[in-house]
Amino acid sequence: MIPHMKPSSGAHVGANNSVSHIMWQVMLALSPATAFGLLCFGWPAFNLFIITVVSAVVFEAFCVRLKGRVAKPVIMDGSAVLTGWLLAITLPPWAPWWIGVVGSGLAIILGKQVYGGLGQNLFNPAMLARVALLISFPIEMTTWANVSPLFFPHSPGLIESWHITFSGIDNIDASTGATTLGFIKTEFSQNRLLTDILKDYSGFLSFIGATRGSLGETSTLLLGLGGVWLIRQNIIQWQIPVSLLATVALLAGIFHGMDSEHYISPLLHLNSGAMMCVAFFIATDYVTSPNTPTGQLVFGAGCGLLIFVIRTWGAYPEGAGFAVLLMNSATPLIDHYIRPRIYGRDRKGKPLEIPKS
Amino acid sequence: MLNFFKKPGFRGGVHAEEHKTVTAALPIVSDFPLPKKLYIPLQQHVGKPAEPVIKVGEKVLKGQLLAYSQGLISAPVHAPSSGVILDVNDYPAPHPSALPIRTIVLETDGKDEWIATQTVDDPFLLDPEEISFRVGAAGIVGLGGATFPTAVKLNMGRENHVDTLIINGSECEPYLCCDDRLMQEHAEKIIDGVRLMLHGMRTEQAVVAIEDNKPLAFAAMQAAAEAHASIKVIQIPTRYPMGWDRQLIRYVTGKEVPVGCRSSEIGVTIHNVGTAYAVHKAIRYGQPLLSRIVTVAGGAVKRPMNVEVPFGTLISELFSFCEVNADETARIVMGGPMMGDSLPHTGLPTVKATSGILALAQSELKSSDEQPCIRCASCVSVCPAGLRPLDMANNIRINQLDAAVDLGLKDCISCGCCSYICPSNIPLVQFFKYASGEVVARQQAQHKSEQTKRLMDARNARMERIAQQQREDELARIAAKAERERLKAEQQGALV
Repeated sequence: MIPHMKPSSGAHVGANNSVSHIMWQVMLALSPATAFGLLCFGWPAFNLFIITVVSAVVFEAFCVRLKGRVAKPVIMDGSAVLTGWLLAITLPPWAPWWIGVVGSGLAIILGKQVYGGLGQNLFNPAMLARVALLISFPIEMTTWANVSPLFFPHSPGLIESWHITFSGIDNIDASTGATTLGFIKTEFSQNRLLTDILKDYSGFLSFIGATRGSLGETSTLLLGLGGVWLIRQNIIQWQIPVSLLATVALLAGIFHGMDSEHYISPLLHLNSGAMMCVAFFIATDYVTSPNTPTGQLVFGAGCGLLIFVIRTWGAYPEGAGFAVLLMNSATPLIDHYIRPRIYGRDRKGKPLEIPKS
Repeated sequence: MLNFFKKPGFRGGVHAEEHKTVTAALPIVSDFPLPKKLYIPLQQHVGKPAEPVIKVGEKVLKGQLLAYSQGLISAPVHAPSSGVILDVNDYPAPHPSALPIRTIVLETDGKDEWIATQTVDDPFLLDPEEISFRVGAAGIVGLGGATFPTAVKLNMGRENHVDTLIINGSECEPYLCCDDRLMQEHAEKIIDGVRLMLHGMRTEQAVVAIEDNKPLAFAAMQAAAEAHASIKVIQIPTRYPMGWDRQLIRYVTGKEVPVGCRSSEIGVTIHNVGTAYAVHKAIRYGQPLLSRIVTVAGGAVKRPMNVEVPFGTLISELFSFCEVNADETARIVMGGPMMGDSLPHTGLPTVKATSGILALAQSELKSSDEQPCIRCASCVSVCPAGLRPLDMANNIRINQLDAAVDLGLKDCISCGCCSYICPSNIPLVQFFKYASGEVVARQQAQHKSEQTKRLMDARNARMERIAQQQREDELARIAAKAERERLKAEQQGALV
């Protein structure tokens, strides 16, 4: 006879997955785009990336210790690394070190731990931190380095990169410029027309990611591939990315069709700024997005709408961060009203009628 | 093809690792040594327990009635072998609690001597009522695991003029393959049982639904059903919990059973293949339900198999027959690994509901390292009932059971899909079972306190009424006395 065993309910077997597995898969999907970003922006970007991720982990460990828990298992779930990673790739690549540290602190402490840690936060931590940084430090957060790939003669070397990261960029005018969306926004204010503004624009370079922009957000191609892979891996669902991108494309298409000199084309919308990163990696954050397929469609469409509105009529050239935060705050509402229909009940929860036959 | 698209598909569900290949390829083992003692619980079915008709020390024959069915929903219990009744007392039940229930202990004499059985030449000449009567008398219950008395279901089917009988051959739980083997080896008998059920319910058509991971069983059943136009054998996708009756009904007929209704009310009745087989034996040979095929499997089982065992056989004997390694056994499960109950020890009998006994090794079990919920919503997407397990669990965690009930706690079927898929290893089903029990307990407590209050109020009212009565009597008495005195005074006055 086998001695006493603790009784427990089913299921006694389980799918082979875990929280840390999910986090690592997302990071794996992010890594090609991140690697390409690091390659494009060189050592300073590498410094900033490491600083941001490490400080996210340190802040997480600090908060967990403060709660009197052992930090290691919490760190090992990978969520802090992922938060730091996501924040890092949305920062200007040559931003000073303290942007990374303050950002990570905001993301981990204010964005996540004050709510009670993993799974409890209302807003996406990385976006919360990014938006807070953008509002607080507008200069540092809009200084976009030129593409200066690693190991190229004109790119900063390792030693020079420490100088950039820790004491600032010396010759700002020579080594920085505007992003495509930022450039369009300023030129629109000079009453220039779109065909004129976009004379030098290369859609192909934007597509592969060799353009000014956030550290790891520039490559439409690699982020898109990473996102599709995540969908195939069943880590994220297709609803949010598809409805987000489709909404932006549809709205941009309508306005661009009506006035192609004052409204950016759908392709340019999808191909620039944080679009791909937000659609596949930020808006799909489990914690802060609705949990039914229909709710996710609504959420994605809402994000898309807000991104388009802010980009087109707002003061900022890019509105992805604001859009996601606003929709995050609508998530509980969406989940409250959009529920799956329970078997044998109608949408309102009343038992179905017995069919007459 | 068009027809397929019109049907509402399968909602939710998971595809668990099957673990069926080894056992499904082996023939059913029928030489299980007859145990010396059988522990036969009087409640092996949904409803009221059976009432014993034998005395301790009495000699019984195989198939003899031991306890009769009591009440409308109940089932009788018969002697699985010949021997002497040793005891009628409380013994541990095959339940996670292993709490004692009334059990007959039978010491077998090894002769396995049958009682005279009642056979019939052409059962299709019998009245449908007679079919369900005989099925009821044979102690047949739903052998898929629900153990609802089959005769009651046949009667309900007949009374509601059911148009479709679905035979559930999905066997969607991992590890289990007793139905698979049964269909492969006894397809003709099962089909005969199905025809008898159709006759018993006065129903025209039957659909046998078999998951497409059992091609051999499907082929055998199709061959057996070929001669009968009323019986259609179909393949259905392999996905847990396809065998949930309501899911299967929706998949096969496109109809959804409303909450609070029985499937017969929408014209469908569903029975398991094992039940059909038992009906065949009961009607054709007059044999009551005495044994069943049990899948013994799991990582700690050296000789996994499907074996026919008499009811009342202790799991320990089954395990020694199948050479279960006790050191490797991390959990004993009765039923399948998704919905089955874990048992505290092996000193418990096999019963009518025992479709499988699993001895799972640690490596097969789901990790119990619980992590915070990351709201990944996989539990929402796999729930076949359309619930939101994460929100229900969050409410239960903070003891807001009413909120959980509002979210649909009572519609949970404990299929285990949410627990299976959860990346944070949250024991969601455990939460829901706890909460359901707690809700019932609270309702009972509330009912009790209301009852007490009502009785107290009634008593107070009664006491008040009595006191009032006494006061009135007193007043009346005083009044009468005054009246008497007045009359007396008047009389005296008249005299004066």
